[in-house]
Amino acid sequence: MMSGNSNGNVITVKDLRTYFETEDGTVKAVDGISFEVKQGETLGIVGESGSGKSVANLSLMRLIPNPPGKIVSGSVLFHGRDILKLSAREIRELRGKRLAMIFQDPMTSLNPFMRVSRQLMEVTQLHLGHTKEQARAHAIKMLEQVGIPDAADRIDSYPHEFSGGMRQRVMIAMALSCQPELLIADEPTTALDVTIQAQILELIKHLKAETGASVVLITHDLGVVAGMTDHVIVMYAGKIFEQAPTAELFQQPGNPYTRGLLRSVPDPMAEHGKLYQIPGQPPDLARLPPGCPFAPRCERAEEICTREFPPFVELTRDHHSLCHFAAEVYAETANG
Amino acid sequence: MNDEKSSNREQDEQRVSVPETVAEAPLIQTPPEFAFADEEARGVISGEIIAGTSLWRDARRRLFKNKLAVFGIFVVIIVALASLVGPTLIKSSTGYSYDFIPRDASLTKSFAPFHGPDARFSWTHPMGTDNAGRDIMARVLSGGQISLMVALISTLVSLLIGVSYGAVAGYIGGRLDDLMMRVVDVLYSLPYVIIIIVLLALIPAKTPTGQLAELFFALGAVSWLTMARIVRGQIMSLKNQDFVLAARATGVSTPKIIFRHLVPNALGPVIVYATLTVPTVMLSEAFLSFLGLGVRPPRVSWGSLAAEGAQNLAVYPWQMIFPAATMALMLFSLNFVGDGLRDALDPQMRKQ
Amino acid sequence: MLRFIIRRIIVIVPMLFIVISLTWALVRLAPGTFYSGEKKLAPGVEKNLREKYGLDQPWYVQYGKVLRNIARFDFGNSLKYEGQSVNQILLRGLPVSAALGLSAYLLALLVGLTTGTLSALKQNSWIDYASMSLSMLGISVPNFILGPLLVLLFSLTLFWFPPALWDGFPSRSLVLPAITLSAIYIAYIARLTRSGMLEVMRSDYIRTARAKGLSETQVVIRHALRGGLLPVVSFSGPALAFLITGTVVVEKVFALPGLGNYFINACFNRDEPLIIGIVAFISIAVLVFNLLVDIAYGFIDPRIRYT
Repeated sequence: MMSGNSNGNVITVKDLRTYFETEDGTVKAVDGISFEVKQGETLGIVGESGSGKSVANLSLMRLIPNPPGKIVSGSVLFHGRDILKLSAREIRELRGKRLAMIFQDPMTSLNPFMRVSRQLMEVTQLHLGHTKEQARAHAIKMLEQVGIPDAADRIDSYPHEFSGGMRQRVMIAMALSCQPELLIADEPTTALDVTIQAQILELIKHLKAETGASVVLITHDLGVVAGMTDHVIVMYAGKIFEQAPTAELFQQPGNPYTRGLLRSVPDPMAEHGKLYQIPGQPPDLARLPPGCPFAPRCERAEEICTREFPPFVELTRDHHSLCHFAAEVYAETANG
Repeated sequence: MNDEKSSNREQDEQRVSVPETVAEAPLIQTPPEFAFADEEARGVISGEIIAGTSLWRDARRRLFKNKLAVFGIFVVIIVALASLVGPTLIKSSTGYSYDFIPRDASLTKSFAPFHGPDARFSWTHPMGTDNAGRDIMARVLSGGQISLMVALISTLVSLLIGVSYGAVAGYIGGRLDDLMMRVVDVLYSLPYVIIIIVLLALIPAKTPTGQLAELFFALGAVSWLTMARIVRGQIMSLKNQDFVLAARATGVSTPKIIFRHLVPNALGPVIVYATLTVPTVMLSEAFLSFLGLGVRPPRVSWGSLAAEGAQNLAVYPWQMIFPAATMALMLFSLNFVGDGLRDALDPQMRKQ
Repeated sequence: MLRFIIRRIIVIVPMLFIVISLTWALVRLAPGTFYSGEKKLAPGVEKNLREKYGLDQPWYVQYGKVLRNIARFDFGNSLKYEGQSVNQILLRGLPVSAALGLSAYLLALLVGLTTGTLSALKQNSWIDYASMSLSMLGISVPNFILGPLLVLLFSLTLFWFPPALWDGFPSRSLVLPAITLSAIYIAYIARLTRSGMLEVMRSDYIRTARAKGLSETQVVIRHALRGGLLPVVSFSGPALAFLITGTVVVEKVFALPGLGNYFINACFNRDEPLIIGIVAFISIAVLVFNLLVDIAYGFIDPRIRYT
């Protein structure tokens, strides 16, 4: 759209590496990941906590606290322009306007000392040059759009006067104020009650359809991904373990880790109530073993897995898996 | 993980709902995560801190990595040792003690250890002598004994009161807790130093030793408030943990639960705050001595020496500079140690 | 809100009662009397004195009289400053102490907030290290040492400021006392601001503000300062109590005719009405100020509900 080499991608991430310097050594929170988000597409990023999924997306916004964090290498092309090479000023012009983000905990992500109206208005005043009156009218419109009843009356409340779900709606209204081209939702429902979760997801889906924005949805919950996304990335220990169209990933995963995740999702149709759990803990990112980081927990790990880092195998044109036995796993799951 | 988050929020809301009027409270964080595993707790209960437990080992590693804290520990040890043995050494080598006034009239005159017309540095009096011919170094080191003793004992008194009070309020909770904390709030807002001044000025003890005891009591009695709050907060977050429930279920008595199980687990912040109380008390002692209400002659403390020196400042500046510098160095170091301990034991730092 | 204030004011009354009773009891329990320092008096003279000051009456009558008078804000006459009422002395000393305390506190706020914020924003830079070392020094050098040192340097060596003199507010004579008094508060406020700001700058809502595209300056001024300064606000209450203690020392060091100086002299002279008067006055000031701080806190932090 803006330049020739963007290929219709809103965002193209190549070999992104974000490291944190800690007392225990360098934590490779994100270590060489690449992915792309097409116009109007929704990408799901799934992983356990500490897998690097949030860090990856904060890196897209250049919101990594430095120190201790640092984007070591890679490129993030937004419509063909490398975000990582922009000046501080240029990146600020993108943030909130063309790239927006919703965070996990709506309780702490809104400024508790400031009225919701001001927090909403400052975005459009900044980016769209709204006057106070325009900004206020726009803010009320946005609140109505995200389903807050009596928006005109409630706009001058403080965040603590809203419930958790309502606060997340406010966050969404704030993020969508300037009609961003890409919305990054970092675990938008994790801190909310189950019934509210569904409402918020539905709202994101609905607004996405309305505005045509692309969405990156970060979650640890495969169930959320299923109904929402076109593509899914599975992350583990700062690496992409599997990458596939959503439907294919669910039907025919090509990675033992993904298979484990899928088996640990409760299936209401299942005859037997026993729930699968991947054994063990995610590894210490400061002391990664030389081989596959998942090997110690993997049910089909063999000697090579602890010795050699696995290859990123192309299973089909848009289905990749990081595993020594990717093809075998892919074949196995196809049969049942 | 989830538990931690909810208890954090709980604490947050607690903090938010009561407008605090506390000086030191914001300086110290009382994180709920100070819960140790049961085995570690037992190690602490038996009276010694097991070296192998990860939290204490980590804390010690971090403490020794902190250069300022190490410097502080070093200085504190040196000054304390010097104060302890210095006066005896000086007495045996030069015959001077803190209250010794030489008979020889030519010596009962102040002389400076450094520049000035009368300056004559000698190893006999490395800090010079005061206007009565007394050796300043002997006086500074003897004053150190008293200042350190007052600071330590008063801190112990405040620890004793604060820990018991806070632990009982936190563990029993409910109405009693409300009442006890209300009392602390009330005491907080009283100008207690003013009352101490009245006390010490109007009811002076008959002997210098009695005066010291009065000081311990007075200083200890007013510095336990923050300690009580810290301990209470700790206990409240600990008391519903499994190891306490287990102890209760097996019929351990309430005082035993409080003092054998809960208090040792709240040790981290208590140690940090106690370390920071020592310089505060030392400063208060000096302040009272400066006003002529603390340590009485012939006894000396850093505060009384500095006060005495301040009066002769224009003529004999070294009379104030040496005791003042020693005290400031000590306070400086103690504060570094306290800060270092806090950083070392603060789990928020640990997470990063 | 109004109910909260009224309730707090109602609490102030019994607290004042406690402080005054305590002070009175101390004065009474103390051995000797205010005239016992002078030469031995003839028995007749002593009897007259005791009658004149009501010392011959039982303790509860005297106590009742003290309370009744205080309720009317009448603290009686000073025993040492003859012919002067305690109220006159209070009115004379208060402006001096207030000018000193106020300028010291404003100075502390100005310098402390600035350095604390800078330290937090440039964490681990040389500015941070320098200002934190200086504030550590401020905490470690007592004001009765700092005062004489400043006098030695600026009055007796450089002759910039008068050493001990009072000529009103504002004046050059206030500079050294105000610096002396404020040093420790500068240090405290700088440290509180730094840790408060550091904590806030790590919080989620600051990340949100950055994600909105606000510049770093806007993030700090609009979003961070308010939360970061809360610890400083809650410190203001106790700070006043400490300031009062500080003025006692500083007024002595610089020989200023303020309340602190009168108070110390009253204590040594056993000037009972003056002691009780000053203690009562200070208590009222501290309690009222604490109430004001709590109210201010509520304005800054909307999450606080007054009950």
